[in-house]
Amino acid sequence: MLLDYETLKLVWWLLVGVLLIGFVVTDGFDMGVGALLPFLGKTDEERRVIINTVGPHWDGNQVWFITAGGAIFAAWPAVYAAAFSGFYVAMLLVLFALFFRPVGFDYRSKLKDPRWRSTWDWGLFIGGAVPALLFGVAFGNIILGVPFQYDELLRPTYTGSFFGLLRPFALLAGVVSLSMLVMHGAVWLALRTADPIESRARRVAQVAGLVLIAAFAAAGVWLWLGVEGYRIVTMPPTDALPNPLAKTVVTAAGAWLENYSRYPWLLAAPLAGLLGAAATILLVGAGRAGWAFVTSASAMAGVILTAGGSMFPFVMPSNTHPGHSLTLWDASSSQLTLTVMFWAAALFVPIILAYTTWTYRAMWGKWTVEYIRAHDKEAY
Amino acid sequence: MVPDEVVDLSRLQFALTALYHFLFVPLTLGLSFLLVIMESVYVMTGREIYKDMTRFWGKLFGINFALGVTTGITMEFQFGTNWAYYSHYVGDIFGAPLAIEGLMAFFLESTFIGLFFFGWDRLSKRQHLMVTFLTALGSNLSALWILVANGWMQNPVGAEFSFETMRMEMTSFSALLFNPVAQVKFVHTVSAGYVTGAMFVLGISAYYLLKGRDVEFARRSFAIASAFGLAASASVIVLGDESGYELGDVQKVKLAAIEAEWETHPAPAAFTLFGLPDQENETTHSAIKIPFLLGLIATRSVDEEVTGLKDLKTQHAERIRNGMVAYGLLQKLRGGQDDAATRAAFDAVKEDLGYGLLLKKYTANVVDASDAQIELAAADTIPKVAPLFFSFRIMVALGLWFLLLFGLSFWHCARRTAGQRRWLLRAALFSIPLPWIAAELGWVVAEYGRQPWSIGEVLPTRLSTSTLSAGDLWFSLAGFIGFYTLLLVVEMYLMFKYARTGPSSLGTGRYHSEHGASPALAPQQA
Repeated sequence: MLLDYETLKLVWWLLVGVLLIGFVVTDGFDMGVGALLPFLGKTDEERRVIINTVGPHWDGNQVWFITAGGAIFAAWPAVYAAAFSGFYVAMLLVLFALFFRPVGFDYRSKLKDPRWRSTWDWGLFIGGAVPALLFGVAFGNIILGVPFQYDELLRPTYTGSFFGLLRPFALLAGVVSLSMLVMHGAVWLALRTADPIESRARRVAQVAGLVLIAAFAAAGVWLWLGVEGYRIVTMPPTDALPNPLAKTVVTAAGAWLENYSRYPWLLAAPLAGLLGAAATILLVGAGRAGWAFVTSASAMAGVILTAGGSMFPFVMPSNTHPGHSLTLWDASSSQLTLTVMFWAAALFVPIILAYTTWTYRAMWGKWTVEYIRAHDKEAY
Repeated sequence: MVPDEVVDLSRLQFALTALYHFLFVPLTLGLSFLLVIMESVYVMTGREIYKDMTRFWGKLFGINFALGVTTGITMEFQFGTNWAYYSHYVGDIFGAPLAIEGLMAFFLESTFIGLFFFGWDRLSKRQHLMVTFLTALGSNLSALWILVANGWMQNPVGAEFSFETMRMEMTSFSALLFNPVAQVKFVHTVSAGYVTGAMFVLGISAYYLLKGRDVEFARRSFAIASAFGLAASASVIVLGDESGYELGDVQKVKLAAIEAEWETHPAPAAFTLFGLPDQENETTHSAIKIPFLLGLIATRSVDEEVTGLKDLKTQHAERIRNGMVAYGLLQKLRGGQDDAATRAAFDAVKEDLGYGLLLKKYTANVVDASDAQIELAAADTIPKVAPLFFSFRIMVALGLWFLLLFGLSFWHCARRTAGQRRWLLRAALFSIPLPWIAAELGWVVAEYGRQPWSIGEVLPTRLSTSTLSAGDLWFSLAGFIGFYTLLLVVEMYLMFKYARTGPSSLGTGRYHSEHGASPALAPQQA
């Protein structure tokens, strides 16, 4: 084996981050586009243009989400078990919202009836907006800590409720995630459509960028002043066999900012979030949608790395039993599993990036109402 | 302890959502390769009709595929949402094939399916064919990885329990990948998918032939489907028989339950063709038996025994007693009494820990179980025989019918008489639903036959759930039933509409309803 256990645990923390960033950069604009569909498309043909900009790609993009889930299952089974069962109702709401996407895309234009089409348009809106909002709410709750504990057989029990998730800081995190995916989706539309949709999309991208900057900065201040963070007091060595019950943890106001004084370079993450959003506003306004897409992606990467970096090494803290919190050191799979998965990821992620790029190049260009009319039977 | 109601509802929800998902998977597996065949002919001959075939059957493929994707996400979520202890206990092994499935198969299938629909005038002929092929390859590879995961639930090789982490951990990835149960399951399942795809094309083409419209289009589709279906139905039967052999080796209980073999008979055992299994009295009424056949299928020999259910139950009671010892030692180890002697004693019996966990249903502390409780737990290790016995027999009968139907279709295609055999066309049309029934019953045999285990002999199903309330389950179950019913209605509506319209839906101007021809004017010499 090439990598030791401690390194593997750290690498998988990074790889989960990479998959989440891959998810928001690709599937993120599909969700943003879905959330904007009923508002930016004034006629049926305009809506078809909007849908078809993501038509050839949404399914491949969605696999970033599915693979991120699979990777969490394989690399952090304890986190997968505790988070998915703990957030039961929220997870099912996300799932039910996601139902509208595959069928919405594929079925919407298969019948001409305007009510049929408009129903699916709102379905695609739900499929974009609800997950975009709830992912942020879930992250916000994880940052605050969630009520779960283990019994002697390591069975997780969650003692909160769905409405308990709607805490103010978590809702603010929901605004962050929704605004960033809407910004990203609007930039995508500015890149792939022509006027009048293009100019509408530009304005929306700028507004969403401003909301993102305000909400993200406010969340940072809140973390600094008002949120109890978590701090490890004692724990087994980082290469020990994973046991989430073997450490002691205390909570302290501002503890989530301690990593930034320990590793000042980590400040690059929140800066990327803020500057990326600001640059997106300027670039999309200047008609440079291609570059705006790059800066928008960097902004989202910055936001995700900020959440991960602030909590490091915590992955899912427990606010009722802080000692039962899950960290990347004690929620990991075995060394063999992490090794196998590492090589699988190292082999396949570059291949995936290569053929995904090829499909985007094959479909590149602006979608127009004229193109839709000429391809009425095969376009979405 | 999780209440019984939550366990039952969790199982019901999993069964419903898995069976529902599996309505869409087999057609994707089979139709994707039929599209590859049709498009290959197009690329080789350059004849537009084969392009139209690829595009039309591709449209129906898309309607089915959308629901396959929709319901597939549920399956991935559900291990975490509803089977949290399972995910914790075996995620170290089970999660890996799921994640690799994403990386290796889902990305491939899902990235190229978009180009399949949108790339016709953006790619060269050969590039598009490659896209279609990679979509089909991706679908089939995803079946491989999901069945590696499922095969491990049936026959958990390459893994070991670790008391430090309180879970199963992988000891050999190659043992997981080359698990014989996974291998035979994979080839049997994809062959069943090919049968489904072939029957779908065969039956709908037969409908056009019966109506006498788009005859050239339908005749060619019918021919390709009959050849592909003949090969697939032959292989599904041979490979299903291979599964029987693997069962005899590693899943003795499931085999004995399928066959309603209550007693261990002298080798070679007879095969029960038909009968009425009676669980209470542990016997089968009015059995019609074929001598020797079961022994041959299960052991490939005439001198090995097939163990009966009564004897298996006695063996299991013994393993449950060992499991109680293992559980007691585990408590000591977890409690800090971590010395070499305790470890050695635990290692000697930990293979039976899962059997000890079966007692959790009757006593939380396991080690204090009474003889009566051990008997009850041993009785639980025998699944209900009748559903397995009948599911299996109907599945096999359907398999033989497919072989016959595809054989006749192929024969008449080769003699160019298929279009005149209206009884054959009608049989093909009305057989369309049958592969789905066979596939669902196959799922029932495999998964219901695994009970009471979620991981064979390792983790009982009733310990595997999440700690949820019955209210949570009712909420999700109502949501699934509501959404899935609605989606099925919509899907069937579109599928019927497009299947009825036929290739005219492509808008090429070459087909039946586009030039106002009435069915009566269509060529008679089909």
